[in-house]
Amino acid sequence: MSGLSFSRRGLLAGVSAAGASAALSACGAKTGSGTSSDAGVKADTSGSTVKVGLLNSLSGTMAISEVTVHNALLLAVKEINAAGGVLGKKLNPVSQDGASDWPTFAEKAEALIKDDKVVATFGCWTSSSRKAVKPVFERYKSLLFYPVQYEGLEESPYIFYTGATTNQQIVPALDYLKKQGLTKLYLVGSDYVFPRTANKIIKAYAEAKGMKVVGEDYAPLGSTEFSTIVNKVKDSGADAVFNTLNGDSNVAFFKEYKSSGMTAKSMPVLSVSIAEEEVKSIGTQYLEGQLTAWNYYQTTPGAANTKFVAAYQAAYGKGKPTSDPMEAAYVSVYLWKEMVEKAGSFDVAKVKAASDGITFAAPEGEVTVDGASQHVYKTARIGKVGADGLITEVWNSGKPIKPDPFLKGYDWASGLS
Amino acid sequence: MTVILNQSFTGISIGAVLLLIALGLTLTFGQMGVINMAHGEFIMAGAYTTYVLQKSISSAGISLLVALPVAFVVAGLMGALLEWLLIRRLYTRPLDTLLVTWGVSLMLQQLARDVFGAPNVQTHAPDLLTDNVSVGGGITLANSRLFILGLALLCVLALTLILRTTPLGRRIRAVVQNRDLAEVSGIATGQVDRMTFFIGSGLAGVAGVALTLVGPIGPTMGTNYIVDAFLVVVVGGIGQLKGSVITAFALGVLQSVLEYSTTVSVAKVIVLVAIVAFLQWRPQGLYTLRTRSLA
Repeated sequence: MSGLSFSRRGLLAGVSAAGASAALSACGAKTGSGTSSDAGVKADTSGSTVKVGLLNSLSGTMAISEVTVHNALLLAVKEINAAGGVLGKKLNPVSQDGASDWPTFAEKAEALIKDDKVVATFGCWTSSSRKAVKPVFERYKSLLFYPVQYEGLEESPYIFYTGATTNQQIVPALDYLKKQGLTKLYLVGSDYVFPRTANKIIKAYAEAKGMKVVGEDYAPLGSTEFSTIVNKVKDSGADAVFNTLNGDSNVAFFKEYKSSGMTAKSMPVLSVSIAEEEVKSIGTQYLEGQLTAWNYYQTTPGAANTKFVAAYQAAYGKGKPTSDPMEAAYVSVYLWKEMVEKAGSFDVAKVKAASDGITFAAPEGEVTVDGASQHVYKTARIGKVGADGLITEVWNSGKPIKPDPFLKGYDWASGLS
Repeated sequence: MTVILNQSFTGISIGAVLLLIALGLTLTFGQMGVINMAHGEFIMAGAYTTYVLQKSISSAGISLLVALPVAFVVAGLMGALLEWLLIRRLYTRPLDTLLVTWGVSLMLQQLARDVFGAPNVQTHAPDLLTDNVSVGGGITLANSRLFILGLALLCVLALTLILRTTPLGRRIRAVVQNRDLAEVSGIATGQVDRMTFFIGSGLAGVAGVALTLVGPIGPTMGTNYIVDAFLVVVVGGIGQLKGSVITAFALGVLQSVLEYSTTVSVAKVIVLVAIVAFLQWRPQGLYTLRTRSLA
């Protein structure tokens, strides 16, 4: 192939350019390296407004999910401002786009803290983005409120987790399946940290409680060929599928599942990453009758939720669904407000000290902050997808469950982490 | 036994999908040597065409059948336009083509996002195609997969006929074998290139229609399939249809059998290692074209 030959000069130019850019990025990295003086960055509370950071992916592959969370955060900020703000100061939201890219998240987090001097930041969706920004918030001693259910086994003094940890979503889901007599499980998940950690927990649970994991398969993130996995599920003799697939893969999986002749009756699928927004995107006809595990559904009864759904749809369009991560994000802003008002200050140390026992009448029902783990007491809810694409609750835990990110309260989980 | 038969059918159906997405590339990459990274976006264009048509034609079955020729033309015209705008200026620079078409692919993805939104869209498959048939012995065949298999074979047949029997096909083969000689014999090679690109990209559009039955329809759907499509063409051999046909089915069956006994990732690794080993042994691929050019 004559076209593939490089001239020596071109190659040299390319190499030196690459060297120069490497040197540049090395300089760039220096500014971000933490020294003790960084901790001197103080949030700016001198004016009549204070800045809060909203850190979500507004572009790239995660935008489909994270834009809705960003909208919910903005809604909460707007409502709080309309009611007079926090400690008499209006909130000025500063949005930064994490662009579905973890290093970008770390960069933008730093910009929010150092340049905008925000008093708190709300956002992140994927565990990878959270793990990328964690050291940044810890270095600058600034607060992040993280709104999405996750795999647990994590604690940070500067992160408040307002989504479910495993004992508020996965463990109750397993309890539910066991109660239904569905004891033989097939685990299907995407190949990354959340499904693998979740499945480790599921296997420990199954072993202790007399359930059986009859198969376990992981598909690369974004994979769209599920015919073999579905064949394996069908041949396995399982009672139910525990699905931790993420994103587009769900579409291919459920289409394949339906055309193989399996149904929600013959072998129900319980999913932990499919909320109202995803149901639309996968196709209601493929999901009708299948199960999900969350802490909130658009259909959750109560005045707080009626108000939240109406406010969201008034702001962003009629018929726009609300979902669990959106609700947890919306609630996180209110929880922070309550903490600040209890502390009487925006100071991070004082806000943290005031956090324990803060309650809020959230759309999902009452939530309470657990100051020790900086997680939130939440009610677990199992739901069924209806013909209209909304999810109706079929079971709930009755009362909010104490967060236990390291599953210390469960004997069978002692070998994990 | 049931498992083996079931997996063989699964493998053949995976092969049919591979064949459909690779068929257009056998022309544009295999015959013309253009590395078109935007091939996946032509697949996407075909899928969105199905979606748009379904909005105006209520019957799922009819809209799917109408979508096949319309998607062929839509994606084909996109391909021809891309060829005329950019690729014809870069025929001697394959690496530049790769970069340019990659840029085009990103632009097309963003365009789809702007027009149709970032979330996936849905088409309704006709009821007949979401069903399956039992052939006894515990073996079920999914109708959607049978449809794709039929469609793939039909496309191969049509393409073979075009290349073998029509004046256009003769001209395409002449240009592939020896561009300069074709040029001096009075063949307008530029026009032939554009037609080849039209047909190749159109076939990607047809693949897109078929994929609405099995996978997601979204702005980035093309990227899911592009690597596999190139693999099939490279292993099959440059410029030979039968190479791609055999390779697609062989890879499909290999992948599904391995996947059943191991895991998805392990199966993929073994398939890739097997491909690398095979290409060590036959760098030119399964079949190669005897050309009359000196290069």
